[in-house]
Amino acid sequence: MSKPYNHTKATLALAKASFRSIMRSPSAVVFTLAFPLVFILVFGFLGGGGVKVDLAIAPGSDLENPIIKALEEISVVHIIKDKDAADIKTGLEKGHIDALIDVQKNPSGKPAYLADIKYTSASIDKGNILKSVVHNLMYTLNTKDVMPTVAQLNESTVQGRIYRTIDFILPGQLGFSLLSTGVFGTAFVFFNLRQTLVIKRFFATPVRKSSIVFGEGIARIGFALLGAVFIILLGHFFFHFTLINGAITVLNMLLLSIIGLIVFMGFGFVVSGVAKSESTIPPISNIITLPQFLLSGTFFSIDAFPTWLQPISRALPLTYLNDAMRKVAFEGAGLWDVKHQILIMVIWGIGIYAVAVKVFKWE
Amino acid sequence: MDKTNAIISVKNLVKKYEDFTAVQGISFDVYQNEIFGLLGPNGAGKTTTLEIIETLREKTSGEITVDGYSVDKEASKIKRIIGVQLQAAGYYPNLNLVELMELFSGLYGVDIKPMEMLEKVNLQDKAKAKYKALSGGQKQRFSIATTLINSPKIIFLDEPTTGLDPQARRNLWDLIIDIRNNGTTVVLTTHYMDEAEQLCDRVAFVERGEIIALDTPDNLIDQLISSGFERKKEVKKANLEDVFINLTGKEWREDN
Repeated sequence: MSKPYNHTKATLALAKASFRSIMRSPSAVVFTLAFPLVFILVFGFLGGGGVKVDLAIAPGSDLENPIIKALEEISVVHIIKDKDAADIKTGLEKGHIDALIDVQKNPSGKPAYLADIKYTSASIDKGNILKSVVHNLMYTLNTKDVMPTVAQLNESTVQGRIYRTIDFILPGQLGFSLLSTGVFGTAFVFFNLRQTLVIKRFFATPVRKSSIVFGEGIARIGFALLGAVFIILLGHFFFHFTLINGAITVLNMLLLSIIGLIVFMGFGFVVSGVAKSESTIPPISNIITLPQFLLSGTFFSIDAFPTWLQPISRALPLTYLNDAMRKVAFEGAGLWDVKHQILIMVIWGIGIYAVAVKVFKWE
Repeated sequence: MDKTNAIISVKNLVKKYEDFTAVQGISFDVYQNEIFGLLGPNGAGKTTTLEIIETLREKTSGEITVDGYSVDKEASKIKRIIGVQLQAAGYYPNLNLVELMELFSGLYGVDIKPMEMLEKVNLQDKAKAKYKALSGGQKQRFSIATTLINSPKIIFLDEPTTGLDPQARRNLWDLIIDIRNNGTTVVLTTHYMDEAEQLCDRVAFVERGEIIALDTPDNLIDQLISSGFERKKEVKKANLEDVFINLTGKEWREDN
């Protein structure tokens, strides 16, 4: 009784205990790290490939000629040799092979070669790509030694930042990681602490309710930020994830992560209050996380969705977190530049915590 | 015992739930440094009464003071001078006993050495174990250790020996008597009359939310005998539990 009770000390003791507990909980580690990492790895390795057109060379075709040589130099075209006629026929019919080329020496001498190309209706898009590649190629080959009579075309490309798949995927995965750790983690922890009377035992000590919530929040934010740093650095060093302003960009992303996580934890509090038993937590949490996972631009840009779906996407908080993250990371936007996105997340936060205060149960 | 020195005073305590009355007008005092037992069948209102004194539950009416503090106005002061063991309470998941002790020292705002606390209840060998991995007796001992962290004036034990084997039960009795001998008042509930007779300085029988008897175990037994009661069978100088303890030994076992 000699010294006054220290609420900060109690909050920190809770944060420490909770952090230790989370680090030892397999599901927390899986959802926060393993899950997003798998997607990042998959898309990281997929990324950069672009479109490939599979072009088969007919058996018996001449191989030592400028046309085939030039086609082999073009990165879009993937040449398939050594297939027999039957394989090529079924390949074309199924669309596994996008076109067939047969080059023969011209017995009559001029032009030197005759090239037959067969496209397939099973792969019209790639056939069209090939068509323009081949037309371009023929023009270049045929006009090699001819001075243009009307106009000369000079082409060049502006050197821009390379926007890789990882630049789109990583912020989305980071957002999803925050969403699942915020919702699932918070819901399970508070539900279990309540069910096993851990919270009741806490209430027999002088600790305040706010200390319990803050302690738990600090631990979860700390854990999620560790996960975020890990994901960002892994993406940056292994898959060239763009961090325009280096450390400042990382810092801005972490601040956005905190804002997002606080909002998502609000959902977690609601779920822990609404759930009747432990087994109802995953379905309720999935109702919250899955639509955002699919509709918030985690994998695809929202612009690719049908127009009737877009308003729904634009109502979800994860959409704005993802959007802000991408702007910060790739365009080098500051937090003030994404104030619109932050504002919408804050509005979601106020709404969800208003509900949480109503439905959250301590015992 | 100095009867004027009441550390807990309960007057006309009533607790009503929507459809029934759990406690209907209980009054009693707990004296300083005694072991006070609340006895009675399940649902009699023992736990409810304890939890109201512990400031974990709101009362409907009545007056309670704990060491001079009113439960209505000074709940946080009461929490700092009491230790509480709840029936079937769990502890923070994934933490070992030392880490749980650290957590509670933070929650009570006191500096303690976790190992010393565990030694008090003979759990120093289990310092790195998780609470879930403990046996029934070890769990209860750990729970009691958490009640001692803030050097409380009073500890409350809700059915501390339920479900324990005879050795574990007797070990716990020794522990509780030690705690009392170190100057702490103990309030406990139990279903076991032999336990109450051995441990408690005074007991209160609670039935349907009312106290129907309150005295020392000796006085209550004497009253019954003077009313002409006789056991059907003459009591022998030992009972079957004595036989069990005698055969299996009284030492603290690894698993109790």
